[in-house]
Amino acid sequence: MSLTLEQVRRVAQLARIEISDAEAQTTLGHLNGIFGLIEAMQAVDTRNVEPMAHAQDLAQRLRDDCVTEVNQREAFQAIAPEIEAGLYLVPKVLE
Amino acid sequence: MNAMLARSVTALSQALAAKEISSVELTQLYLDRIALHNPSINAFITVDARKSLAQAKAADELRAVGKGGAGAGPLTGIPLAQKDIFCSKGWLTTCGSKMLGNFVSPYDATVIERFNDAGAVMLGKTNMDEFAMGSSNETSYYGAVKNPWDRGRVSGGSSGGSAAAVAARLAPAATGTDTGGSIRQPAALCNLTGLKPTYGVVSRYGMIAFASSLDQAGPMGRTAEDCALLLNTMVGFDPRDSTSVSREKEDYLGMLSARADGKPLTGLKIGLPQEFFGASERTGCTAEVMRLVEEAIAEYRKLGAETVDISLPNMKLSVPAYYVIAPAEASSNLSRFDGVRYGYRAPEYGDLNEMYFRSRAQGFGDEVKRRILIGTYVLSHGYYDAYYLQAQRIRRLIANDFVAAFRQCDVIMGPTSPSTAFSLGEKAADPVQMYLSDIYTIAVNLAGLPGMSIPCGFANSLPAGLQLIGDYFCEAKLLNIAHRYQQATDWHLRYPPEIG
Repeated sequence: MSLTLEQVRRVAQLARIEISDAEAQTTLGHLNGIFGLIEAMQAVDTRNVEPMAHAQDLAQRLRDDCVTEVNQREAFQAIAPEIEAGLYLVPKVLE
Repeated sequence: MNAMLARSVTALSQALAAKEISSVELTQLYLDRIALHNPSINAFITVDARKSLAQAKAADELRAVGKGGAGAGPLTGIPLAQKDIFCSKGWLTTCGSKMLGNFVSPYDATVIERFNDAGAVMLGKTNMDEFAMGSSNETSYYGAVKNPWDRGRVSGGSSGGSAAAVAARLAPAATGTDTGGSIRQPAALCNLTGLKPTYGVVSRYGMIAFASSLDQAGPMGRTAEDCALLLNTMVGFDPRDSTSVSREKEDYLGMLSARADGKPLTGLKIGLPQEFFGASERTGCTAEVMRLVEEAIAEYRKLGAETVDISLPNMKLSVPAYYVIAPAEASSNLSRFDGVRYGYRAPEYGDLNEMYFRSRAQGFGDEVKRRILIGTYVLSHGYYDAYYLQAQRIRRLIANDFVAAFRQCDVIMGPTSPSTAFSLGEKAADPVQMYLSDIYTIAVNLAGLPGMSIPCGFANSLPAGLQLIGDYFCEAKLLNIAHRYQQATDWHLRYPPEIG
């Protein structure tokens, strides 16, 4: 299979990455090369094979329901792009 | 070259204990070398002499006679280079990306915390492929690393800065991370010993995530002995990593065997996969690397080991499955970089969406964007079953191949990388060619097994690596098998001739 330019733009949209027409064109070539490599998977019959999501087939451990983190608001906000009065600033979402 | 620079971590540890040298002196020695050689090698992204020397001073105090050396351990005062993927409190932690170009971490990764608790000195943060996505260190926003064996060639990736730093004697040892070969391949290309442990053995907390079901940290050093020493500090259950494995702690250094004459490896069965050594498959590997690997295996036979032919029939599917699974996980992990709470934010934007789109377009490099796009595509509606689930099923087949193989042998051997270090720029324009340079290492990550690379000789003055693959949690056995080889050979002691 091969992707279309429209699909590349759509995926970039989903991934929230701005992409110019020229970049989309170059990316299309690269992605089609990579999907050419991936395509080898499709010929394999895996009907009775359980998908392996993880290297260790262990159940997810649950922690106790208690507070473990200390308040580090100032340390975390010191590295933020833009803050005001302890809040993270972003462009206005609601008018 | 100062004699101290030729010493292993194990030997330096003895020198510090014997007061032959102080940690401040040793750290300064390495900082001076970094100042001299790093501009031409580019192994470090961040060096902070003041911070390193403060840690060294504290280590010296801990080792001071007056206090009886209580609280000091074998790593107290040892300078180590840390891959810039590990969050380190108060240190710039970039992960090789412009996206984190201003990120001074407010906390320590568990690995860093453990080294700090052991009294080790952080010598600096090493260069790496952006978000660990690459096999040549050329995707770093901070420039490619040059291989100390030939500065026109790559150091490998993604832990290429760590590999080059140790190879050039800018650090006695370093940490790396390995998602598809990122410890083993640069170790092979720079003549180092590198170990990727079993998935879950080393905590991933504070280690910036690439592909969470594959990422694993490990040591990179000159010898198996040094890797064992570092691993002793790195491993252990961590409640802050939900995939951390809880098991009894082993003393990897203590489990290494003393030198013995004769055939100390009698009884050891080495599996040789026909997919690595079969006549038709050899075309993927250069003849020189294959010759060196076979000579190393011959050396193992001399040490008493026997070899058995095995098969990993789904090996060839590892690269395709990996390039679905790893990008899928990456696209999810990297969705956190949105320019809101930390990291890069585009200077100009209108609304919130434009802020996201531009921050991510400008903050990520080409390879990272490519992988996010692949991942987003294979997880998107209508493609999930055909790509992501199919890749996970193939992952199971690959893991099962190893389970069957380990019924016939104790360790699997083969090349680490199909070639010695390639030239800078040689594969940079063709992602597929770059991806295929990890053809021997990726299956190990998919299965979650431990793997090592050890120096096994030189082709045209460039080092090659022998890969050792072990069964789950067999790090101690792998280290010992590597140690036996290093007791009988001296490839691992060679260092780049140009590095005076």
